[in-house]
Amino acid sequence: MSAHEATHENGLELGHQFEDINQQVESYTVGMWIFLVTEVMFFGGLFAAFIVYHSLYPDAFFIAHKKLNPWLGGLNTVILLTSSLTMALCVRSAMLNRWKEQMAYLFATMACAFGFLVVKYFEYGEKIEHHLFPGPHYQFPGDNGEHTEMFFNLYFAMTGLHGVHVVIGILIMIGIAIRTWNMRRVRQDFIPVELTGLYWHFVDIVWIFLFPLLYLIGK
Amino acid sequence: MQLHVVSAKTYVLVWFVLIILTVITVWIAEFDFGKLNTVVAMSVAGLKAFLVASIFMGLKYSSGLTKVWAVTGIIFLIIMFGLTMGDYVSRWFTVQGW
Repeated sequence: MSAHEATHENGLELGHQFEDINQQVESYTVGMWIFLVTEVMFFGGLFAAFIVYHSLYPDAFFIAHKKLNPWLGGLNTVILLTSSLTMALCVRSAMLNRWKEQMAYLFATMACAFGFLVVKYFEYGEKIEHHLFPGPHYQFPGDNGEHTEMFFNLYFAMTGLHGVHVVIGILIMIGIAIRTWNMRRVRQDFIPVELTGLYWHFVDIVWIFLFPLLYLIGK
Repeated sequence: MQLHVVSAKTYVLVWFVLIILTVITVWIAEFDFGKLNTVVAMSVAGLKAFLVASIFMGLKYSSGLTKVWAVTGIIFLIIMFGLTMGDYVSRWFTVQGW
């Protein structure tokens, strides 16, 4: 086997620490999943806090969640699910080495992510305007606002942390787009796109749970 | 190398099912199941997450090791929620008021 064949398999670059391309792909994928498990625990702490405080103050959480607009939350759910679809198709194009198609899906995903943030911006703005942001200016309308501030503490912490993940996702996708453009004339390793996809679907899954948890609390 | 390329049709179908499940989530929130409200809402969300993980994230076509790690995440989450809630529901003193 020549040196050239040893470092390239199926046109993909093989790291010298790996036996073959299958082992390389497997290592990267498992590594990403381990990272996602730490992310699950990261968000899990906030979910646990929400479950505890919801069980302590169910009435306060119910009246507080009425201040959220479930239609905007639902719209954002549809936007993120659609972005997951375009991301899955983007990874597929990367596997098939169709860089133009891959770019189109990448930009569609970024557009959805940006749309999500725009909706979130209007939601946050409306809450802050109505003094529902926790802190010295917090004021719940009516005289039954006891413990409602805790709901908004958790609302802003959870959606805020999720929003930061969306922003990071957009930045990674910009990096992937630049890389795709630079490598458009050669066969690309699809792994960076695949791992970005895994991260993005994880962000989608977090929102899948956040939406009913925050916006659709039952009495 | 064995690459598992899923057809675009499958992805679009999964997306469609996810949208339908979102509509169902909003719809069933109108009904009152008493204490089961959260359980019902989270079950539908869990089904959606399962679809995203297995098809979009390709867990269905992944190696056993990858699946083990995905399940590990769920198990550790259950341990954390279980121990936390086990503490709160079994306290003899009232925690209201702090």
